[in-house]
Amino acid sequence: MEIVGKLQNRFMEFMRSLYREGFLDDQFLQLQKLQDESNPDFVVEVVSLFFEDSEKLLNNLAMALQQQVVDYKQVDAHVHQFKGSSSSIGAQRVKNACVAFRNFCEEKNLEGCMQCLQHAKHEYFLVKNKLETLFRLEQQILAAGGTVPVLS
Amino acid sequence: MNLGVGSVVKNMSGASCSVSWKSNDNNQFPAGLRVLVVDDDPTCLRILEKMLRNCHYEVTKSNRAEIALSLLRENRNGFDIVISDVHMPDMDGFKLLEHVGLEMDLPVIMMSADDSKDVVMKGVTHGACDYLIKPVRIEALKNIWQHVIRKKKHEWKDKDFDQSATAEEGDRQQKPSEDVDYSSSANEGGNWKSSKRRKEEEDETEERDDSSSLKKPRVVWSVELHQQFVQAVNQLGIDKAVPKKILELMNVPGLTRENVASHLQKYRLYLRRLSGVSQHPSGLNNSFMGHPEATYGMSSFNGLELQALAATGQLPAQSLATLQAAALGRSATKGATLSMPLVDQRNIFSFENPKLRFPEGQQQLNNSNKQINLLHGIPTTMEPKQLADLHQSSQSFGAMNMQGNSRVQQNNALLMHMPQQQPSRAQMLNETNNGSQVSRPPLTMSQQSLSSNGIPGALLSRSGGIVANVRGPVHSPVSQASPIVDFSLNQNTELQNNSFPLVRSNSGMSTMTSKRMLQEEVNSDIKRSRGFPSGYNMFDELHQQKSQDWGLSGVGSTFDAITGTLDVSPSMLVQQGISSMKRNGQNGSSPISNAFSSSREESGNVNPMGGNFLTVKAEQLPDASYQNNFFPDQFGQDDLMSALLKQQESVGPVESEFGFDGYALDNLPV
Repeated sequence: MEIVGKLQNRFMEFMRSLYREGFLDDQFLQLQKLQDESNPDFVVEVVSLFFEDSEKLLNNLAMALQQQVVDYKQVDAHVHQFKGSSSSIGAQRVKNACVAFRNFCEEKNLEGCMQCLQHAKHEYFLVKNKLETLFRLEQQILAAGGTVPVLS
Repeated sequence: MNLGVGSVVKNMSGASCSVSWKSNDNNQFPAGLRVLVVDDDPTCLRILEKMLRNCHYEVTKSNRAEIALSLLRENRNGFDIVISDVHMPDMDGFKLLEHVGLEMDLPVIMMSADDSKDVVMKGVTHGACDYLIKPVRIEALKNIWQHVIRKKKHEWKDKDFDQSATAEEGDRQQKPSEDVDYSSSANEGGNWKSSKRRKEEEDETEERDDSSSLKKPRVVWSVELHQQFVQAVNQLGIDKAVPKKILELMNVPGLTRENVASHLQKYRLYLRRLSGVSQHPSGLNNSFMGHPEATYGMSSFNGLELQALAATGQLPAQSLATLQAAALGRSATKGATLSMPLVDQRNIFSFENPKLRFPEGQQQLNNSNKQINLLHGIPTTMEPKQLADLHQSSQSFGAMNMQGNSRVQQNNALLMHMPQQQPSRAQMLNETNNGSQVSRPPLTMSQQSLSSNGIPGALLSRSGGIVANVRGPVHSPVSQASPIVDFSLNQNTELQNNSFPLVRSNSGMSTMTSKRMLQEEVNSDIKRSRGFPSGYNMFDELHQQKSQDWGLSGVGSTFDAITGTLDVSPSMLVQQGISSMKRNGQNGSSPISNAFSSSREESGNVNPMGGNFLTVKAEQLPDASYQNNFFPDQFGQDDLMSALLKQQESVGPVESEFGFDGYALDNLPV
């Protein structure tokens, strides 16, 4: 169907841009490959877990940095966690923000950490937005009776 | 997927799960591999689970290390491999790694987003069989089965070296027949069939009723053997001790370099832990601190510590032997159990020489055996004065006051002696799981002086605690614990028999129980503390030995403290003791038992004394360890003792709750 075809093209193009712009990396592709009939919503499921967890981490980070006496070890632990989960789903830019963040933690540079937190948050919401768009496109394709193309 | 396969596999042979897994149809291999994955990050956990399922493995996931550990303990043979994250909020991944290695001897893969060299190195030193950097790719997971095979091969090799070495050699020559894409598995992949075949052959000849965790016989590091080992190591110098030279010095026919190498590794780990632990300040909290290490140390140490303790004269030879036996015999539980005892010890022994683990006063110990020599060897990490202290404690054994230190020392001594009896030990270990009486190495109370003296107090309390915890196989834990305790309480004889009657309330009871357990070991007449209505009686008996001042009175107080504070283990232990006692047919005094039972209920999850118990405790109550409850004093050798105790305990019950199988000295964390 034409509509399906169009939707599918839009989907593919969008997906490619995400990779191109560094929002997603190969790990996301791995996740897509893991999805199969027995787990048709695997990617959405994992990404949802990521969103939930990330928001908690970001809140924890904000709180930790607002303390009178900042516990950098704790901050680092949170960032490390965030880095791990973002890299696991392939949110490359978020992961990179975390790497920079950890450096400032090590230096106990509060200013640097605050900036990194903002940066990480920003990247997180960006990728969240992108992924939500992606999933919406998927839904549209499925609703139109098509199948979601797989990027190779 | 292969859940079906997995289960089929399990049912297939009836042999250990791992074996049955291996017996799986070649074409399906490694399908059905039972993986336990632990990660606090829900995203990663889910992804890993899916990846592993896609590899046709059977996956169990957990986001908490403690839950994972209890899962492992409850299903001793339920898993083939563990994958764990390094950074977890409730427990450090490396601690989990150590526990698993010691208690269950399963291959553990660490993973982290952190790829810095020192973290990876930590994984190596703690015994991880692999280290994966996140994000983990499915290709990396596809080959994890190689670690299972490799480990089995090594165990198989290590086990009784009398085993047909020829078959082994023959098979080893086989070239890889499997096509492995990934280099890492290339090596092992081809050999899995041969090793599998070999193992199957071996299994047929091996005793099936071996410790539940491992089907393969392993070299049993008896107290004497371990002593020789330690002597050799000391002679060479811990830094220069290489397996080959150690082997030569030991001059034990039939012992292979590999046996020595793996034992050395464990020993080293143990020593490392000790040095870490010994820095802990005394005090309850510390008990836990060192605990993780202690635990490990203990487990691995088993023989060493026990012997050391024994040597110091603190512990009766039997107890040490028992401990050791427990440690040795236990195939699965490696040392972890020991940690418990140590921990307890700490509390119990708030005594004077908390650190004394290996007193120099071996002479006392030594009465019966060369364990004393062990001590010499052991304390590479122990401070000399600790040893000296220990020694002294043993002197004042008679006092039986449960003074923290003295007690601890005693316990240590006891613990040390425990492993004397290897053969019985091994048996006991095997039985541990069954919870039947602890065949675990009863504290060999060969040394009169040892047994009752310092340890009684500590032991008693300890066993009380430990026992209480052990829910399942009541006996077992008790036996484990009791020996230690027994010693202290019952004086040599008494102690010997009983597994470690932690005095607390169990003293009477535990003594009895432990006695039973130690029967084989008991050289002297151990008076069963039958009808020991309260721990205190035990102390009186223990008084004979002069170990340090154990202040029985202290025990009593401990007991109170224990019951009062213990919400967990101690009561459990006591319970155990009680149960064991009952089991033994003595229904004596049970006021304590009652107390314990109730406390036991509370403790609910406390791990039984058995290995699990200790281990778990360590983790769960880092500071709260029951030790604290018992004896506020610090625990000099607490770690050691706890480990020892744990081991003892683990020998017993192991089952389910504590999943502790028994100690195998082999498991000494080195």
